[in-house]
Amino acid sequence: MIRLPLVLVFSALLFSAGVYGVLARRNAVLVLMSIELMLNAVNVNLVGFSAALRSLTGQIFALFVIAVAAAEVGIGLAIVILLFRNRETINVDEVNLLKW
Amino acid sequence: MLPTPKLDFLPVLPELILAGAGIVTLLYEALAPRASRATHLGLSLVGLAAAAGASIALWDRTGDPTVLAGAIQADRLAVVARVIIISVAAVGLLLGTHYYDRSGDERRGEFYPLVLFATTGMTLIVAAADLIVVFLALEILSLSLYVLTGMSRRGQATEASMKYFLLGAFASAFFLYGVAMAYGATGTTKIAGIAHALAGQTGGQALALVALGFLAIGFGFKVSAVPFHMWTPDVYQGAPTPVTAFMAAATKVAAFGALIRVLDVSFQPLAWDWMPVIWALAAASVVVGSVLAIAQSDVKRMLAYSSIAHAGFVLTGLTAANQDGIRAALFYLIAYAMMTLGSFGVVMLVSVRGEERTSLASYSGLGRRQPLLAGLMALFMLSLAGIPPTAGFIAKVGVFGAAIRAGHWQLALVGVVSSVAAAFFYLRVVVLMYMQEPQGEEQEEDRSPLPRLALAVPAILTLVLGVFPQMLLGVLDKASVLRW
Repeated sequence: MIRLPLVLVFSALLFSAGVYGVLARRNAVLVLMSIELMLNAVNVNLVGFSAALRSLTGQIFALFVIAVAAAEVGIGLAIVILLFRNRETINVDEVNLLKW
Repeated sequence: MLPTPKLDFLPVLPELILAGAGIVTLLYEALAPRASRATHLGLSLVGLAAAAGASIALWDRTGDPTVLAGAIQADRLAVVARVIIISVAAVGLLLGTHYYDRSGDERRGEFYPLVLFATTGMTLIVAAADLIVVFLALEILSLSLYVLTGMSRRGQATEASMKYFLLGAFASAFFLYGVAMAYGATGTTKIAGIAHALAGQTGGQALALVALGFLAIGFGFKVSAVPFHMWTPDVYQGAPTPVTAFMAAATKVAAFGALIRVLDVSFQPLAWDWMPVIWALAAASVVVGSVLAIAQSDVKRMLAYSSIAHAGFVLTGLTAANQDGIRAALFYLIAYAMMTLGSFGVVMLVSVRGEERTSLASYSGLGRRQPLLAGLMALFMLSLAGIPPTAGFIAKVGVFGAAIRAGHWQLALVGVVSSVAAAFFYLRVVVLMYMQEPQGEEQEEDRSPLPRLALAVPAILTLVLGVFPQMLLGVLDKASVLRW
């Protein structure tokens, strides 16, 4: 049995790594991956709480999150491809037609 | 055998109809050899009307406050919010049809199902009684809006779409982390269940407070409150104007509907902890939105900053944390939805093809070139500035009153001072339209009647609610009672 605080700390670190990635990466695909990291940190949290509280809600919620994350990647990559076709770049710093 | 929960689908009938209409238009686009916009529009409007009817029928519903195993709330707040969102969607569809008709762009048949799916998400989120449903509805509406934002051949739209997507997904992750923390703190994701669990606890509410913080960040992004507003001007400017009109008006109603439930039900026991947070968000949004709007030279960006300030005014009402505040916030949301929808609609008609002429300078002399449009724009600007006899004035009085009665007179003061500053840039548009000569040579103008007819709805409501607000206040009195 893994103790809950360990799970929470791991998830917090994973989430922070994701936040750092979103803020520091300039490549849109890597930003997308960092967001996925954040969502998975949430899943770790949900499953950890679910085990500690002995309630199933958390696990069901994690399944929902996985499904939604997949849909989100689908849309995200489509937008990135569209951007590349338009601008020949996916660097978020070079995307500056509008004032950022 | 597992016990099957009693299934009562009536309270989600509006969502079922909307999603059904979305699927029908999607199939029509895919299967019909020559799909026409008029048929699309007809199908969508029928769906919206049926959904509105189904939600109004829920007004007198008695019985369990939640259905479908506690996932959906069947109360009057949901009915009112649904009706606003559905009417905004209908006007948005009419504007969008005209926009894509005149642009000579590709067929863009996917516009209709996407708007309908976004509407489904928005109506679902205001009726959600479980944070899982809130999250799912939030994603349904966001994913549709990301695509809608990019629906134009211009590079700006693609860019806006990407910015909206990255920041929106980032915010969703924060929201989700907050939900996970709330689940950990209370062992449930039901909105009412969280309140019961928190009310019973004494001490050791660290997890719940963390949850509150993350949820505030997530909602802050969705309602575009300062300091989570960075995406708003870019997205509102880059998106096709009818999409901006729909998104600016309806998303805010939806996100605030869910925020009201989360704050005033789930975290009611911690009201003294979240009140200062909402106070600060409200003050920052009102001040920053009003000040930065002054510096804008593009009318869509200006309206985007103005929508940030308006998010602050709604939050001002919510700091009251009681029925009074909810009623004021609801009235403000209705007035805001109408004014914003109307002003973006006028912006769409003024920019002749695509997105030309969105600079403030192109509004000079509009009063002479297009008296009707200028009159409508003046009405919406006066209402946004909060000048009587328009709905914007009554709405502002309502939220300030609620905040003062709850003891937040300082916040009301900040709001009033900012409104004065904000009146400058709203009235600047009116001055440009009526007191300056038209610039440049005669250009072709958009004089089609259908979108003007659609704009009559927000215009009439803005005026009527400003003169006879009690017509709506009685309804809102009943709607602002949260059953749980």
